[in-house]
Order: sequence, then structure tokens, then C-alpha cells
Amino acid sequence: MTSREEILAKVKNNQPGPRPLPADLSTVSGGKDSLTQFKTVLTNIGGAVVEVTNFEEIAQYIQQEFKDKKRLISTIAELTSVTESGWENKDPHSYEDVDLAVIKAHFGVAENAALWITEDLMHQRAVPFICQQLAVVVNKANIVATMHDAYTRIGDAEYGFGSFIAGPSKTADIEQSLVLGAHGPKSMTVFLLG
Amino acid sequence: MSTGAKDHAQLSDIFNKDEARVDWHDETLWFVRAKRDKAAHSLPEWETLRETASQIKDNVLSNLHEYLLQFEANAEKNGIKVHWAANGEEHNKIVHSILKENGVNRIVKSKSMLTEECHLNDYLHKNDIEVIDTDLGERIVQLAEEPPSHIVLPCIHKKKEEIGELFHKHLGTLEGASDPVYLTAAARDHLRETFITRKAALTGVNFAVAETGEFVVCTNEGNADMGAHLADVHIACMGIEKLIPLRKHLSVFLRILTRSATGQPITTYSSHFKKPRPGQTMHIVLVDNGRTTQLGREDFRNSLKCIRCAACMNTCPVYRRSGGHSYHTAIAGPIGSILAPNLDMKNYADLPFASTLCGSCSNVCPVKINIHEQLYKWRQVIVKEGYADPKKAIAMKAMDFALSNPTIYKFAGKAGRFVLKYAPFTVNNKLNLWYKHREMPEPPKQSFGEWYKQNNKND
Repeated sequence: MTSREEILAKVKNNQPGPRPLPADLSTVSGGKDSLTQFKTVLTNIGGAVVEVTNFEEIAQYIQQEFKDKKRLISTIAELTSVTESGWENKDPHSYEDVDLAVIKAHFGVAENAALWITEDLMHQRAVPFICQQLAVVVNKANIVATMHDAYTRIGDAEYGFGSFIAGPSKTADIEQSLVLGAHGPKSMTVFLLG
Repeated sequence: MSTGAKDHAQLSDIFNKDEARVDWHDETLWFVRAKRDKAAHSLPEWETLRETASQIKDNVLSNLHEYLLQFEANAEKNGIKVHWAANGEEHNKIVHSILKENGVNRIVKSKSMLTEECHLNDYLHKNDIEVIDTDLGERIVQLAEEPPSHIVLPCIHKKKEEIGELFHKHLGTLEGASDPVYLTAAARDHLRETFITRKAALTGVNFAVAETGEFVVCTNEGNADMGAHLADVHIACMGIEKLIPLRKHLSVFLRILTRSATGQPITTYSSHFKKPRPGQTMHIVLVDNGRTTQLGREDFRNSLKCIRCAACMNTCPVYRRSGGHSYHTAIAGPIGSILAPNLDMKNYADLPFASTLCGSCSNVCPVKINIHEQLYKWRQVIVKEGYADPKKAIAMKAMDFALSNPTIYKFAGKAGRFVLKYAPFTVNNKLNLWYKHREMPEPPKQSFGEWYKQNNKND
């Protein structure tokens, strides 16, 4: 008997009688405005909020705030004027010296300021993790209240990889002192568009 | 972890020698527990979430056979290779053989308590494969050649000055430097170089979805993602109980996991791995290692619902004051004390007794495991199976004898009062464990029985 057969046989023999799945949960409305909550939570977890009305303003902001940075990349067509061209389709290790990556998110979640980003928006999976600083553009209309709404939106969408990203990479492993910038980005800017 | 033959109480004695450190450890963990309370209380639906999570896990355990088959089929359809390991040794061999096939002798590993349980690092080291743990806390204990003392905060027992010394020795940081920002930056540089040069990455799994064949890995540091997305080979190791039925159930678990663990609303990264990226190979190792046995133990199967948040450790008065290493097992604290005896009842017979049975662990558990009740039940099993501490067993037998025989009981009471009054030195010494942290009571003049008899006569 293989280990597979052995494990499956033992599971079948030892699992208890059927227990039903509970009812699905949905968002309990606490009367909070999702956009306001998103901004508050993101700030609390070390992210920065920048409200803009169009991509032009994002380009200007990047030029101003990141002008001393050498390597800026983006997956967003509207930002090609201020970011590197032809960076795509390289070995992911080559993005190790990227100072800023600007990508889009499908939507954000108010209760935890997480942004849902699948690999088609990252271009390469390593991008939002390996860059020194990350900026994400999300439409103001696309902020949902809770994770229940988030998975309703995701539904049975097809992806190879997707991640909820909430704020900059961080650790508190040394005496519970919070330090931003563990292995991933040291900062996270969210452009709220609309 | 080899601790010789020392049990939890003896190992706690070592930890308790430095009282100031015990206080610091206690307060640090209570601080984390307080953050958990704040996060939990901010959601009016918290109890509904706990109940729902608990019921989903009940359903998983009752239908695990089907879910395993469904997960395997879907994962393979997604291009992931699925392996099955009956025990820790087979798990280690599978990981080793994948590395050998790919000609890899250096890997990065993000946090996986399962690999601690299976002692993978030791095994690979003996086979000339270098493993670098990339979670900062795990890297620190790895440099110190110690096991993690906590499943979420691996080096919670270490002071920043000690970490500074370790980093000075191994990473060349300035002597005497202990600023967490400076030390974290040094670890970041050191580990970036590692990420860039390793061809294989091993990660744990927080949740695996039967419906879609995907698995989710949660980190704050981004180390699992850095490892996996830069490596040609990604190996994810999981216990068979990590399955959940549907993708939408992730909403419930991601809402409670980090709030229970650290009080954060969610980890920085909750990464959903469904397919390998082009050119990459992805493996999942499904591990039993005693889980199917626990599934068959009616009183203890609920322990398999655990999502490894560590809330039970942070709240436990015994864990906070005895430290994770006193538990001499990969998963310390209350949950570890009900998991370990399943694997080795003799070796871990002491752990169910490392509790006051106050029940705080059960109250904070996000999937409603009746932890303290199981600790109590394990004590009974352990005594019945003959694994109890002989001192405790003799004392219990003596009590049983005295309490079931009125004449002996009366005599024992008298003798006790006589001894306390006329020969207190025979009990006020270190042979009497009860006396260790307490004064012996003033002996009463008479027993209640004697008093009752006397007063009834006078009426």
C-alpha cells in the first residue's frame, strides 16, 4: 500500500459522521464609510494615501516624490512617460534594484486596507515583493467593506497567482518593535483614483 | 528538541532562574494578547466569525477523505505535483529527493511549523543541503542554534542585545548595536543576497482550498513570496488538516487569523498560489504524521481544527511564565500540549499537566477548540496508560486510599495536624513540592468532623 492509500484509508476510517457547512457570512453594516475606513486603516498599518483624479496627477506625483530614484517600473500604460520602458520579460532576479514599482489593484478592502492583485496586474509575480517601494493604483469606487465582499467579487476567477497586499513589508520579531521594510517594499503608496 | 530527560517543570525551573526576564517575557506576550482583544472587540460579529470558522473546520474533519481527493485532483490539474507522506521521515525524504532531482544543495525556507515538527533542517543538514530560514525571527533562532520558542514570534524569548551579539558574530553588524531598525536592515541585506542566489524555496501552507487546488501563505515580511517567486522550484509542505472546502471560506479565516495572532486586521501578504509560473515547478507535500490517529480519537480530534494563530499561548499564564522551550516540542503552549501526546504519549506525558486549566486558551481560540478540556482529558488518559510522573501517581494512589476509607481518613487528618503543630520541619522543606512557593497553613485544633460531634452533643 502506498502512503497515499494508507493515509486516505485511515482518514476514511477515522473521520467522524457528517457535519454540515454553516451558512455563508456577509458584511455586517457598521455604518462606516468604506473609503474613509480604508484610508484610516492603511495609514495605521504604515501605508500612505494619495488621492488623485487622473493618471496625469499620478505621473506628476511620481516625478516629484521619486525624482532621486534610479529605477522606476510600471505595468500601467498611462505611466510610461515617467517609468522605464522594456523592463518586462526579464529574469525576475533582475528587478532586485527596482526602486519603485507602480501597479494596479482590482479592488481594496476597507476593514484591513488589503488590495487584491493578481499576476496579470503584476506582469511578473516577483515585482510587488522585490521592489524597494511599491505604489498601487485603485479606483475609489472599488473599495469593498469586508473580506466577505472581497471573495464575492473574486468569485471563481481564474488566476495562477494572486495576493492581498496590505501596507509595506514589516516585522516585529525583535522585541515586538515594529520595523517597516523586512524583505519586501519599505513603503507602500496607494493612489486612490476618482 | 533534545532536552535530555527533563520535563516541563524542570525546564521551567531553568527559565525561572532569571526573574526579571520572566516578568519581561510575561508582559511582552500579554501585550500581544491585549492587541488581540482590541482587534476582536472592534468587530461586533466576532463571535459569529468564531462559530462559523469552527463549523467549517468540523465539516472539513467529517469529510476530509473527499476534500483530500478533490484538492489533489484540482492541484494536479493546475500543474502542481502532489506528494503524500505518512510521517515526518517520509516527508523529509520527499523534500530531499525533489532537491536532488533538481541538483539543488542550498535552499531558502519561510516559516513552516510542520518542517519543525518533522525536523527537516537537521535531516537536510545531514545530507549536505544548506537551509536558510528567512523569517527574521526564525533566522535569529537558527543563528543561535535554537528551535523557535513560539509559532508566530519565534524569538520572543530573546532580548535585542542578544540578537545584536548574534548579528555581530554572524552578519558583521557593529559590536554592541541592538537597535531593532538597524538589525532588521542588516538581516534584510543578508537575506536579499540569499533570495537572489537560491534555486529552490520551501514554504508552509496556511490554508489549502479543495474546490480550486490553490493554497494560501500568509506573511508580514514577504519572505515566502520573495523565496517562491525567485526560485525555479517551490515546495509547499502542509499537514492534511489545513484543507478548507471552498475559496470563499478564506474570507472567514483571513478575518480571524491575524486578529487572533497579533491584533493586525490581516497580514501584509496573503498570497494565493494556484499554478506554477512558466518555467517553475511547484510541489505540495501532504503530511499525516499522526494526524489520522488524532482524527480517530473522539476526545482530541478537535485539536486538528487549529489554524496556528498562537492566541492560546499568548494568553496562557503557564506559557508566559515558563517560556516556549520548556515544552520541548515544536509547538509549545496549550495547543502543543494536546497535539504532542498524540505523537508520543510517553515523551510528552508531562505537557497536559503544564496548565492551570483556567480555560483562557479555549476562550480566545478562533476556531473554538476546547483546549483546556482536552488537557484535562489527556491527564486521565496518561494516568490510565501508566505514563504519569511516578511521584504524582503514588500521591494520587495514597489520596485514593485515604479518601475511600473513613478510619484512615480520620487518622490521616489527625496525623497531619499533629505534624504541622509539633514537627513542622518535616513538611517545611524542599522535598515537599507544595511548600516550594507557599507557606504551610496554620493547623486547626480539630477537624470539622470532631467539631461537629462536639457541638451536636452540646445542643
